[in-house]
Amino acid sequence: MIKHILKRLALLIPTLFGVITLVFLMIALAPGDPARVMLGERANAEQIAQLRAELGLDKPLIQQYGLYLSRVVRLDLGKSIATGQQIAREIADRFPATIELAWYAMIFATIVGMLLGVTSAIRRNTWVDYTTMGGALVGVSMPVFWLGLVLIMVFSVWLNLLPTGGRMNIRYYFTPITNFYVLDGIILWIKEGTPKYLWSAIQHLLLPTIALGTIPLAIIARTTRSSMLEVLQQDYIKTARSAGIREKRVIYRYALKNALLPVITVIGLQFGLLLSGAILTETVFSWPGIGRWIYISIGARDYPAVQGGIIFISTFFVLINLAVDILYSVVNPKIRLQ
Amino acid sequence: MAEKKEILLSIQNLSFSFDTQRGVVNAVRDISLDIRKGETLTLVGESGCGKSVTAHAINQLNPMPPGKVDHGKIMFRGTDLLTLKRHEIEKLRGTQISMIFQEPMTALNPVFTVGTQIADVFMTHQHMTKQEAMERTIDLFKLVKIPAPERRVNSYPHQLSGGMRQRAMIAMALASPEPGLMIADEPTTALDVTIQAQILDLLNDLKHKIEMSILLITHDMGVVAEMADRVVVMYAGRKVEEADVFSIFETPRHPYTLGLLNSLPSNTKYKNARRLEAITGTVPDMRTIGAGCPFENRCAYASQKCGQEFPAETVLSESHSVWCHNYHMVKEG
Ligand SMILES: Nc1ncnc2c1ncn2[C@@H]1O[C@H](COP(=O)(O)OP(=O)(O)O)[C@@H](O)[C@H]1O
Ligand code: SF4
Ligand SMILES: [Mg+2]
Repeated sequence: MIKHILKRLALLIPTLFGVITLVFLMIALAPGDPARVMLGERANAEQIAQLRAELGLDKPLIQQYGLYLSRVVRLDLGKSIATGQQIAREIADRFPATIELAWYAMIFATIVGMLLGVTSAIRRNTWVDYTTMGGALVGVSMPVFWLGLVLIMVFSVWLNLLPTGGRMNIRYYFTPITNFYVLDGIILWIKEGTPKYLWSAIQHLLLPTIALGTIPLAIIARTTRSSMLEVLQQDYIKTARSAGIREKRVIYRYALKNALLPVITVIGLQFGLLLSGAILTETVFSWPGIGRWIYISIGARDYPAVQGGIIFISTFFVLINLAVDILYSVVNPKIRLQ
Repeated sequence: MAEKKEILLSIQNLSFSFDTQRGVVNAVRDISLDIRKGETLTLVGESGCGKSVTAHAINQLNPMPPGKVDHGKIMFRGTDLLTLKRHEIEKLRGTQISMIFQEPMTALNPVFTVGTQIADVFMTHQHMTKQEAMERTIDLFKLVKIPAPERRVNSYPHQLSGGMRQRAMIAMALASPEPGLMIADEPTTALDVTIQAQILDLLNDLKHKIEMSILLITHDMGVVAEMADRVVVMYAGRKVEEADVFSIFETPRHPYTLGLLNSLPSNTKYKNARRLEAITGTVPDMRTIGAGCPFENRCAYASQKCGQEFPAETVLSESHSVWCHNYHMVKEG
């Protein structure tokens, strides 16, 4: 088990190395001169030369690459051209917002998705199953930004129930503590005795969570269903039933734990993909996270920022996969006991 | 045989079908059989002839739908099991009726230790702590002769050999305060010959230690010879011959039974099982079987009548019946 984890950790290094190289090449080999693109049409030759020198673009490619690598390894992602801030700092500031949203979206997708998947499986070929799976099909094919806009239309504009964007009612003059607003809301409830911050944080989270969570929810539901259907056919399920284990327990313990293996993999993958979905969701809901920041950086042609953002998200993706892998081996004794 | 014991389980005219997309499969047709206390009844027949469906009908383990009871009763200790609701049958499963399966590889849950799985059966039916249940499980492991039981309860199925897994399955079937009927569905088919003999010995041994009845399903007449008190021979969903074990081997009267005996190596204790021609042809499609004898297309004794109606029961002796129009032509020698 520990050996298995160490092996996976060792594999992490070439993966990340590959990501960094790719991101570097993506910008370095992109057509056109980044400095010119960044400065826009009206920049003069002198300005461009200066920025090129600043970014090291005047050096040979291989040397640029060496420099870039040595900086990234020291966690120095450079400065944002738009704000002049350290990119690592910008990411650190926005990361909690993204993580908070991704986390709740994933919890929502996992719990509801698995429940629907299991229900569909045990009610196979009934209207419950057909409705759920039909809904799931609609869910996966729904563009995130479109769903986000529809949700805003319905719940914010027409029904006036929920805010259209942001993380907290701006009139509260709220100073974040941990930057995870739900957590902050709970802390403030304890400290100041008012649940209004918590309530506002939840209200602001609701629509983006649904928008971001819908696709993974649908995929998790479908995976759970097919995995459950397969497991319910297995001999050991018949064994459990033949021994008088109650049907609920057969399904939620004996079958589900086996069915979980592919579901965990899908959850991990979806969590990773969620971060790309976050770019759209955060933009639609003005959610001040990494996704929206990358979107803005792309618009501002802030190359170093985009590079840093992609490296960060990729690293995070790889780490999540590692976590999933470990979890997988905890659930599956065949791997755990190797 | 000695004096007749009380009947524990009585299947009466059971017909069971599956409504599949490709037509209705009449898997079991008009099967009746009685199992007495402390007796081993073997249900024998080729693969696909409806043995498992018959056995699974007893504790409602056939998937329904597509499965459906068309007719019949299954009387067990005074109640018709077919009328029981799910929670009622759940209470009988694993307490009074338990089951072991063919594939010890796939019949145990791969993500739980064998000890946990068996302890769970104890805890489902009796008020016990996990600790007590584990201790009882270790006792059972001793009973089924699993070496180092204290360690083995913590093993996952994939860490055990096929023979050990099957012993663990048997232990699970015994995790009951009052084992009455054990249904063993081809318990040794997947095991190699020496292990097979050990498992059969164990079952025989247990049967005497704990007064339980066994419904043993097999397609192997060798296993029948080792285990059976009485034998029911099935073919394509029908009962074609029923007898005590001696009559089956000494004076079989159904052409199909003869064919099965023919597949036996001659070194068993039933030496005068004659060598006849092997059964040729294949089992008919269960969806399109007509009214006649289903064995007709493969039978060397078939006459015109055979294709028209299924033969009625002929009682040959108190313990021997056959369903064949031309049974009188089937004689030894
Ligand atoms: N769940 C099911 N759905 C459809 N047909 C089934 C099902 N289970 C069994 N059958 C059919 O019933 C017949 C008898 O099967 P079975 O009792 O398993 O045979 P065996 O004697 O080998 O145990 C076979 O033709 C099989 O195809
Ligand atoms: S009834 Fe006819 S076909 Fe069937 S086994 Fe007897 S002789 Fe053969
Ligand atoms: Mg079978």
